[in-house]
Amino acid sequence: MAIINRGFGRRRPEPAEGARLPPGQYLTHDFPVLSAGPTPHPDLAEWTFTVGEEARWSWEQFLALPAETPTVDIHCVTSWSKFETSWKGVSVDSLFAGLEVEKYDGFATAYCDGGYTTNLPLSDLTGGKAWVVYEYEGEPLPPAHGGPARLLVPHLYFWKSAKWVRGIRFHEEDEPGFWETLGYHDRGDPWREQRYQGD
Amino acid sequence: MAAGIPRTRAELKVATVERVIHETPQAVTLEMDVPDWPGHRAGQHVEVRLTAEDGYRAQRSYSIANPPEQAGVAITVERLDDGEVSPYLAEAVRAGDQLELRGPIGGWFTWDARDGGPLLLVAGGSGLVPLMSMLRHRRATGSDAPARLLLSAQRPEVVLYRDELAELGDDVVTLTYTRAAPPGWTGATRRVDRALLEQVAWAPADEPRIYICGPTGFVDVVADELVALGHAPERVRTERFGASGPS
Repeated sequence: MAIINRGFGRRRPEPAEGARLPPGQYLTHDFPVLSAGPTPHPDLAEWTFTVGEEARWSWEQFLALPAETPTVDIHCVTSWSKFETSWKGVSVDSLFAGLEVEKYDGFATAYCDGGYTTNLPLSDLTGGKAWVVYEYEGEPLPPAHGGPARLLVPHLYFWKSAKWVRGIRFHEEDEPGFWETLGYHDRGDPWREQRYQGD
Repeated sequence: MAAGIPRTRAELKVATVERVIHETPQAVTLEMDVPDWPGHRAGQHVEVRLTAEDGYRAQRSYSIANPPEQAGVAITVERLDDGEVSPYLAEAVRAGDQLELRGPIGGWFTWDARDGGPLLLVAGGSGLVPLMSMLRHRRATGSDAPARLLLSAQRPEVVLYRDELAELGDDVVTLTYTRAAPPGWTGATRRVDRALLEQVAWAPADEPRIYICGPTGFVDVVADELVALGHAPERVRTERFGASGPS
């Protein structure tokens, strides 16, 4: 039984590409910021990116990896979506290349400066669906938006696109990350409205 | 790192508005009865879902204003002129109306009296709402945690909960007005900066628990300055609303 709020109605024009908007989302042209604490400002001379326990890149080495420039729609669990955002970074597939990632056949935790973590099934990180990006709209990624580098997993709610990411760990079991421990969904598919545990 | 919040499903609940309090010309508090409300912690929020007669629906997050000790759920909604949900909540909702909501949501930006103090609360505009829930919780539990609140407001007439802030007194509350101050005002009349924070904040050695809530630019500046003053980043918890939301 849904409650009808009489007198309530759409006040914003329906976006022309309405089908691109997942359920319960609205289109914004801003880029709101959400984070749990202060913005870290890591020293790039000491910055590294680590995959598993096997692979580590310095900032210079990371920038030298083959880059891709995805343009994607992003969806925040707080209900805003933003279309056609453009990024530059390294696909997670190429970060995993040469590693025996499949032997884990399970789950990953992205971990970050500031202590933030988020969990993802490996299948959501591979197959051309995820990147570690360091440019936004042709400019270095601003710290407030996750610079120097953030995860980009646009087919999931945007908290999965961890800001200030420093590495990826592998697990056989799904281990809830920061927001997931606090009640947010373990997968976070916006098309299924997987906002909170149990959705 | 996170406190133990049960990972329970945030069910959709039907709330009945019991009272509408006009806080300022722009903001109302909706006091709601929510059957089966599991209780909440100071600082948490709810997601309000509105459904139009044609099926169109929109949902937005609002901080809970009442302390856990007070039954039900109260949210304070500031009307944003270009908003979709907030004008309806702030202008059209009457006592007796029903709203759908989910919650409580969020377990990071919370304070429990058992966590102790001292507390440093820094609010920009309506970012005061979750911090007021903490101060009300502190009072309701008789907590002896020392607390200080620094509130940045554009002008006097938009300050929420003015009477309660006055009751808390100057020992707890420091106000700064960024656009217009009341006649005879002798306090600060500028944006929150390092000097103001240094004046209000506890010393880093006191290890205050720090909660900052407001527009994103405000939160960024305050958090950065507090870290620069020597406060450990892990003791600084932030909640932000961007230019486009919550609306």
